[in-house]
Amino acid sequence: MQLVTVSGPPSSGKTAVILQAIAALQQQKRKIGVIKFDCLLSDDDQLYAKRGIPVRKGLSGALCPDHYFVSNIEACVEWGKSQQLDMLISESAGLCNRCSPHIKEVAAVCVIDNLSGIGTPKKIGPMLKGADIVVITKGDIVSQAEREVFASRVRQVNPQAVILNVNGITGQGAFELSTLLTDAAQVVSLKGSALRFSMPAALCSYCLGETRIGEEHQMGNVRKIDLEQGQCQQRCPKSVQGLEVTP
Amino acid sequence: MKLDLLFNTPLVQLLKHYPYVSDFLDSFALSSGGTDVTLDELFGAITADQWENIGLNNDQLRQSLLDYVAGMGAIHQDFAKVERLTVVGGFDKDGGAENCEIELIPGQVTCIVGATGSGKSRLLADIEWVAQGDTPTGRHILINGQVPDAQWRFSIEHKLVAQLSQNMNFVMDLTVAEFVRMHAESRFVPDVDDKIEQIIAQANDLAGEVFSVDTPITALSGGQSRALMIADTAILSKSPIVLIDEIENAGIDRKKALDLLVKEEKIVLMATHDPILALMGQRRLVIKNGGVAKIITTSAAERANLTQLEILDRQLMALRQRIRSGETLEKL
Repeated sequence: MQLVTVSGPPSSGKTAVILQAIAALQQQKRKIGVIKFDCLLSDDDQLYAKRGIPVRKGLSGALCPDHYFVSNIEACVEWGKSQQLDMLISESAGLCNRCSPHIKEVAAVCVIDNLSGIGTPKKIGPMLKGADIVVITKGDIVSQAEREVFASRVRQVNPQAVILNVNGITGQGAFELSTLLTDAAQVVSLKGSALRFSMPAALCSYCLGETRIGEEHQMGNVRKIDLEQGQCQQRCPKSVQGLEVTP
Repeated sequence: MKLDLLFNTPLVQLLKHYPYVSDFLDSFALSSGGTDVTLDELFGAITADQWENIGLNNDQLRQSLLDYVAGMGAIHQDFAKVERLTVVGGFDKDGGAENCEIELIPGQVTCIVGATGSGKSRLLADIEWVAQGDTPTGRHILINGQVPDAQWRFSIEHKLVAQLSQNMNFVMDLTVAEFVRMHAESRFVPDVDDKIEQIIAQANDLAGEVFSVDTPITALSGGQSRALMIADTAILSKSPIVLIDEIENAGIDRKKALDLLVKEEKIVLMATHDPILALMGQRRLVIKNGGVAKIITTSAAERANLTQLEILDRQLMALRQRIRSGETLEKL
């Protein structure tokens, strides 16, 4: 079974792009399934189900969606195999721009939209910088010049990636994307696989349910703004009771 | 300069050869302030925390930079000029052969007509993807009579097709001059100031209603935005083919707009059902059921009628003008 991880900021058009690409892949009589990762609530799984696409949904709730993703993706691959899929596509929203869901030797797609602004590509971390394919959406609502500038900014932060414009509504570019996905590597199991880059770290009192504000309530992996410099660089790890913290 | 020297050459020298490396460093928030440090030293001094923010590890960042420099090198290396683009027919939706070979040459305007869903977009997509029998239509695209380099498919700098969609809005928060400058700089065009002046003059000529270099692009009227998009695409975009999705009659001189694109040696493809625009083209491709069903060459009789249509159009425009200036239309 082939595996493709698709990620991207919220509302960038991931579901629309995947649906269009699947429509093109189904023309080749291939069986495609989807795992939809989301945070609190998502009806997107129904969009897939309505088209007869095998789908499972996972909601991370109060957990970091990225950590939730990596703790579950291995089992999802087993599910995909049990459904005898030719290809499993995982869809996960990059909520903090620092998300890092891409796995070594697994095809990685990042979806990002023209409307997010030309400063956005450099604000997005490994999710964009480490992707093999970058899909740019919503090109029909901006000008040719804006599309060109946006694409060149994406290329500045990820020169290796294939950059493709896809229109999630009309499907323009989706066939082309599907031909790239056809080359995705086969995955037997993710046992022993590794992420391309570490995930966002968080291990502090607030992770454990603390709600009170104030220095005395902060423990663990806590970072402070340097208000003098206007930059956030310093990390002050303190030990959390019973937990080893490595900065 | 050899690529393997990239990492141990002092920045001041490196940036002389590869000025765009500073854009790269900038987008990873790596200050290129120090002039005699090398990239080896700069990357070596990155702390674990900074690596976290960069989102790549040392090897990945080095590879990224190498790819970036190689890619930028390719910008300046000109692709073969497109003197002729050939669409070799494939099949319609029922598998019927198209049996046609369509030649497109710079300076020519070809219109594409057909009902919604007839396959106009697929034809354009086949061209953009330089199809080689590997799309649902089985069409083949040749450039200068040859099977083209696969690079056309993925190159960001050398995209085959520039698109002027129906959209008439800009979304960036910039003035006209800043906007054109940013576009020009992203394409590494020399004489940026010249180009800005040229584009704005052209756009104003097309729009009629004059705007200045300091106007925010989001404050432009529909016609002005359209005029700026067309002038900018004609003059700055490198793509040899321009695809136009209908030019509305909204405060823009459509004949001049087409003339500008033709003068800049673009192959113009226009999806339109407007009779005046359709007759301005040399040919019309009629798309039905996913295939090119017919090719109509604009005849002498049609050209003669174009003059008549233009008179009607001007009359209608004059009426608009009268409405705008508060007159009544009790007498035409």
